[in-house]
Amino acid sequence: MNIGLTQFLVLSAALFCIGLYGILVKRNLFSILMCIELMLNGVNISLAAFNYFLPMPDLSGQVMMIFSITVAAAEVAIGLALIFRIYHDFNTVNIDKINNMKG
Amino acid sequence: MGQFVLTHAWLIPLVPALAFAIIGLFTRSLHKLSAIISVGAIFFSFIMSLGIVYMVLSLGISVDMPFIQRVEWIKIAGLHFDMGVIIDPLSAIMLLVVSLVSLLVQIYSVGYMKGDKGYGRFFSYISLFCASMLGLNISINFIQMYVFWELVGLCSYLLIGFYYYHIPAREAAKKAFITTRIGDFGLLIGILALQTLFGTVDFIQLRQIIPVYITASGTGVLTIIGILLFMGPIGKSGQFPLHVWLPDAMEGPAPVSALIHAATMVVAGVYLVARAYFLFSSLPVLMNIIAWVGGFTAFFGASIAFSQRAIKRILAYSTISQLGYMMLALGVGSLTASMFHLMTHAFFKSLLFLCAGAVMHAINDEADIFKMGGLRKKMPLVFVTMTIGVLAISGLPPFSGFFSKDAILAATAKVSMPLYIIGVITAFMTAFYMARLLFVVFFGECKQKNIHTISNFMQVPLVILAALAAVAGFAGYICNFGDWVRFGPPVKEHMDIMLASLSTVLSLAAFVFAWNLYGSKRWSVDAITKKLGIIYTISFNKYYIDEFYAFLCRIFIDGIGKIMYFIDLYIIDGIVNAASSLVLFFSSVLSKFQTGQVQRYAAVFFCGVIILLMCSIVYFDKISGLIAIAGGGAF
Repeated sequence: MNIGLTQFLVLSAALFCIGLYGILVKRNLFSILMCIELMLNGVNISLAAFNYFLPMPDLSGQVMMIFSITVAAAEVAIGLALIFRIYHDFNTVNIDKINNMKG
Repeated sequence: MGQFVLTHAWLIPLVPALAFAIIGLFTRSLHKLSAIISVGAIFFSFIMSLGIVYMVLSLGISVDMPFIQRVEWIKIAGLHFDMGVIIDPLSAIMLLVVSLVSLLVQIYSVGYMKGDKGYGRFFSYISLFCASMLGLNISINFIQMYVFWELVGLCSYLLIGFYYYHIPAREAAKKAFITTRIGDFGLLIGILALQTLFGTVDFIQLRQIIPVYITASGTGVLTIIGILLFMGPIGKSGQFPLHVWLPDAMEGPAPVSALIHAATMVVAGVYLVARAYFLFSSLPVLMNIIAWVGGFTAFFGASIAFSQRAIKRILAYSTISQLGYMMLALGVGSLTASMFHLMTHAFFKSLLFLCAGAVMHAINDEADIFKMGGLRKKMPLVFVTMTIGVLAISGLPPFSGFFSKDAILAATAKVSMPLYIIGVITAFMTAFYMARLLFVVFFGECKQKNIHTISNFMQVPLVILAALAAVAGFAGYICNFGDWVRFGPPVKEHMDIMLASLSTVLSLAAFVFAWNLYGSKRWSVDAITKKLGIIYTISFNKYYIDEFYAFLCRIFIDGIGKIMYFIDLYIIDGIVNAASSLVLFFSSVLSKFQTGQVQRYAAVFFCGVIILLMCSIVYFDKISGLIAIAGGGAF
């Protein structure tokens, strides 16, 4: 089977959707953070694939991808710090208990 | 100097108005100072008015060539009003009469109101009252006049209800205000109609436009406007059927009654008709209405006055009757006779009211004339001045009422015989009820023990007014009042000997009749009353007009009120409540979405994204087309 752009994009979309699903249904903040990473990686795959398969390849897709990975690393660092802070304040990482935004 | 008086005529109403402000704001509790400021202000107005009259005479300012001063007041597209001063013989004579009578009434009040806790308040109100009336006299257009007209109404409300702690006074004040307001409503609509029709309410401009308009499009619309305008004078000048407030207006202090009945409020209506006479006189139908309203009111007022018992109430109905005469004169086309009678009436009616006030003051505010009796020897000065007033109003020569009333009767006889007969009968009745008043109060046995003396402040105005009431008519007659205050060509006053002697004989007969009934008691009053039976009852109860109005109010006003209450309660409130509960319902639904859980928010957010994506796929062509247009426009 010839592997083309379509297969990569399907993989990318599948990862994105799994990540999205996880964000929407998981109760544990750590799991949500991991799902965000899944979504980012889904996007990264599509960027790399576009970079490879487009008729006149240059490095812009890869550059975008590296940016994204860097930002994801920073995001994880801050996200973890936030989660620890939340655990410190609420004594839980279950997102159902943290509904202070209720109007 | 003379020119100064003319160009500064606006000071005449302004100075009393300032006195009102100063007394009201600062010196209210200082009684003497308040009185000095108030009397001083009106004295200034009086001197200025004298100067105005002198200037009008010496410069030969006539009603055709008035002196006018104007400043721009409102100017926006399609709407232009000036404020200003109009000086012609008409306004000059009004200024003089109003300021003179006001001055004398205020001097009288200094003594009359002594010891009243509202002393300062009284003088502030009365200053404003004089200011508004003087302002009304010099108004150059309907709008300015309407402003002062309403101010006069306000002041009458304040002054009639001066004893606000006394329930009838409050009721009378409200009655006066609301009743005249009905007339004012018509007046306002009339003024607005004039503005819509001609684009101006200026007297001078209207005077030029209206004859042109009438030749072009007839009198139909203008007659309706005229009737609306005439509603104002009907209310303010106590003409039938809006006269009901005037007798109750005696609830205020006696000087106020004198001022309202003689110089300010009630003559405002007559003055308005006179000022806008170019309009009224060109509408024959309306002139007929005015004449008949006036004639009927004259008769009607007199027919009530002859059975009343309270002294000021008799005088009040007499005022209604005399105002009817003035309207009658206007209606039959004699502006001169009307203004002449207005002037003499101002003198003798204020005299009569001030005398009545003095009498009541002396005997502890007793109002019923049948409880007075025999005051002739105890109060000689009041007796003499009151007698002069009574002779003047009864139209006996050579007192003032004779000349002015005769001018009206002569003018009426030329136009309409029925109205003339009504006028003559009314003259007889007037003489009768005034003689009755005089004989009952001052003759016979004295029924009162404690009689207080009255102060000099009260006596001096009585003497001056009595002198004026005696000579004003003759003076006006020999000085050719008609050359001066007139509409159209000068009218040479000539006395019709036949008519004059007839009314004199009738008045004398009325005096003899009244003397036999009330003075010498040769005839029994009770027997006559019994013989008159129902006529007397109706007259004594004022034709049950008040009761009729109360009945109408109960049926219509209360009925409408009930319907309105129902509508308000269930429909208006229903709409408001429905709106608020609808909002509450939606908010309760929407607040369900506000769980505070980020994941739900994210879910909604992604649903939104998906919907947008679907739309963008379905409507791809249209969106790209729009983008192309936007791009083409922008770049």
